[in-house]
Amino acid sequence: MIALLARRFAGLILTLVIVSLLIFTVMDLLPGDPASIMLGTSASPETLAALRHELGLDQPLVLRYGQWLAGLLSGNLGNSLTYGVPVAGLIVERLAVTLPLALMAIVLSVSIALPLGVLAASRRGGVFAIIATLFSQISIAVPVFWVALLLIILFSTRLGLMPAGGFPGWNEGFLSALQALVMPAIALAMPQAGVLTRVARSAVLETMHEDFARTAVAKGLSSGAVLRRHIVPNALIPILTMIGLQFTFLVAGAVLVENVFNLPGLGRLALQALSQRDAIVMQDVVLFFAGLVIVMNFIVDLSYLVIDPRMRKAV
Amino acid sequence: MNKVSFASSARFISRLSLGAALSAGLMMTAMTPAEAAKTTLNLGMSVEPTGLDPTIAAPVAIGQVTWQNVFEGLVTIDQTGKVQPQLAKSWEISADGLTYTFKLRTGVKFHDGEAFDAAAAKFALDRARGANSVNPQKRFFASIASIETPDAETLVLHLSAPTGSLIYWLGWPASIMVAPKSAENDKVTPIGTGPFKFASWMKGDRVELVRNGDYWNKEASAKLDKVTFRFIADPQAQAAALKSGDLDAFPEFAAPELMSSFDGETRLITKVGNTELKVVAGMNNAKKPFDDKRVRQALMMAIDRQTVIDGAWSGLGTPIGSHYTPNDPGYKDMTGVLPYDVEKAKALLAEAGYPNGFTFTIKSPQMAYAPRSAQVMQAMFAEIGVTMNIEPTEFPAKWVQDVMKDRNFDMTIVAHAEPLDIDIYARDPYYFNYRNPAFDALMKKVQETADPAAQNAVYREAQEILAEDVPALYLFVMPKLGVWDRKLKGLWENEPIPSNVLSGVYWEE
Repeated sequence: MIALLARRFAGLILTLVIVSLLIFTVMDLLPGDPASIMLGTSASPETLAALRHELGLDQPLVLRYGQWLAGLLSGNLGNSLTYGVPVAGLIVERLAVTLPLALMAIVLSVSIALPLGVLAASRRGGVFAIIATLFSQISIAVPVFWVALLLIILFSTRLGLMPAGGFPGWNEGFLSALQALVMPAIALAMPQAGVLTRVARSAVLETMHEDFARTAVAKGLSSGAVLRRHIVPNALIPILTMIGLQFTFLVAGAVLVENVFNLPGLGRLALQALSQRDAIVMQDVVLFFAGLVIVMNFIVDLSYLVIDPRMRKAV
Repeated sequence: MNKVSFASSARFISRLSLGAALSAGLMMTAMTPAEAAKTTLNLGMSVEPTGLDPTIAAPVAIGQVTWQNVFEGLVTIDQTGKVQPQLAKSWEISADGLTYTFKLRTGVKFHDGEAFDAAAAKFALDRARGANSVNPQKRFFASIASIETPDAETLVLHLSAPTGSLIYWLGWPASIMVAPKSAENDKVTPIGTGPFKFASWMKGDRVELVRNGDYWNKEASAKLDKVTFRFIADPQAQAAALKSGDLDAFPEFAAPELMSSFDGETRLITKVGNTELKVVAGMNNAKKPFDDKRVRQALMMAIDRQTVIDGAWSGLGTPIGSHYTPNDPGYKDMTGVLPYDVEKAKALLAEAGYPNGFTFTIKSPQMAYAPRSAQVMQAMFAEIGVTMNIEPTEFPAKWVQDVMKDRNFDMTIVAHAEPLDIDIYARDPYYFNYRNPAFDALMKKVQETADPAAQNAVYREAQEILAEDVPALYLFVMPKLGVWDRKLKGLWENEPIPSNVLSGVYWEE
């Protein structure tokens, strides 16, 4: 177990280093220079040189990478080139929006998809199966931003029930902050719920044909009990894997939704950093995403051990 | 999460009940008393500033938040584009145009209590013109040779050459007065002398300013207690925020095609004003075939400007014939010099040696007006046998690199935002690669006099040269599309300088 964890950890560090090197090089290869973006169209070459020096952009790539790495090791993520504030603070501020948003979307999509998928599988050909198929096809096909716009037009512009976008901040009151996240979470959850419904349905279907399920039926258990005690727990593994994958996808993929609802989340921070060529912010954010993917995979692996006794023995 | 505010839950409940009332078909016309006595303002902007100090970075969004609200200058520029005294109450210019003596106001304090005096003014100007300065308009201060402060309320500038635009330039956001102790941190926590104090910046979402109770100018004190600038990039989201009442005003609404969607709104009004934003298709004048004036003229005559405006900006905009707007002093309508005339354009092309046209590429930034204008122009150029390929070019990063720095382009299209920047055609280097000694001489002549009438005469001549020479295709001036609450008064309808001046803004009872 400890060996496994150590291997995992070493892999994690190695992946992060490779990712950071890649992003550093790519940002450097992209045309565009943060200093000339900041100074605009009127600046003279001397002014540009002065700013490049001030930002440390006149130093060679290797040196800048080394400085950044050294900073990371001492817990300093560096300063944003454009905002001029520590990146760590920026990321924490943005996470306070993106994490709750992703969590809400996950909870929403799971609470729609699980019952729908299980019901669709256990009552094949019934009305739930039709609803599940329709729902998953529509929700996957419809673009996220379109759902977002529909929600805004209906609930904000027409009915005036919801704010049309923006984020008041958590210290402006829990309720209004939560309220600002409801519609974005629905928009974000839709395609996820569609995918998850399909996964849940096929996982349950597959498990139904396993020997142990047939044995349970043969033993005379009611179909509800078979479903609850044998089929659903076994079907959970592919479903959990999917949820784990989706979570990282939601955190990183919220860019569109954050843009339409004007939420100051991580996705928008990354987009803005890219257009301003703010390499430091870009590196830190991408590194954070990479770390998140690795940690989530790790958690999914661990959760197998909790769900499935056979895996516990194997380890 | 730290404290639960009942105000916001009350707002939620009031929204719920409002929604219920509306859906029940009830008429809700009366406003609550709380709203009548409003002293706060939620104002929307498309672009978030990347720092709040206009003296160290160029983006206009910085000045649109802080200029005249947090920061002030020795002089200011009013709604009509004229220079007015501000922290300097008066000034004298010596007969040779080389010595400027400013009398400063006394008793003015920065928001942190530091005094504004001649020493602070000298500090601000020295910081802007110094060797390590990263001021985006450092050239404004290039002719200042030395600065003297004989006493606390007198500031004397000695120039190395007459600079007729200096007073005007001192009214710009890049020339604001910053304080010796706080200047270093102005990027994140701006401290000025203005009617509003910086309160907070929630990056990615909003900047909040509050009323400065100790403002020196009692006549121009802020009438609002609190102003929230909110940054909303998506035009649909902008419209929704206005209609739902989340925003009170959007002084520069980004989508002309959505302007008519406000027609039925009883709470909101729309105002179409002027800006300084000149949409021009700049050409690389050093490159074939654009080095031939006849080719440039032919391209200009192939364009029907009104059709471009209709296609790109929903018909909202003013055609121009040179790099000058109707707001600017000494404006002359030049659209008649090279009017839309396909036959004449073809003849000019043939004369220049391109009877069968030619093919070139336009580097078009992603801002909505650029690809839309380019598509209309593409169709018009096809009429005279010229093929234009459109290459989307990311703005600002790739555009600045390719066009501004490397000058690796045939044609590009961009809205020039700086007021009175006709002198860019005399700058070397500048991306047009345009060389015309006669024009350069005029730009020098403008600086040799501080007399507005004499300057206007020179500016008229300069417009004539550009209209005839067309180093860039002059298309249109963007309108300032304002949408705001009917009860909100005092916002600027025109924009002689990119700004949101809020000291005179108030809610009508």
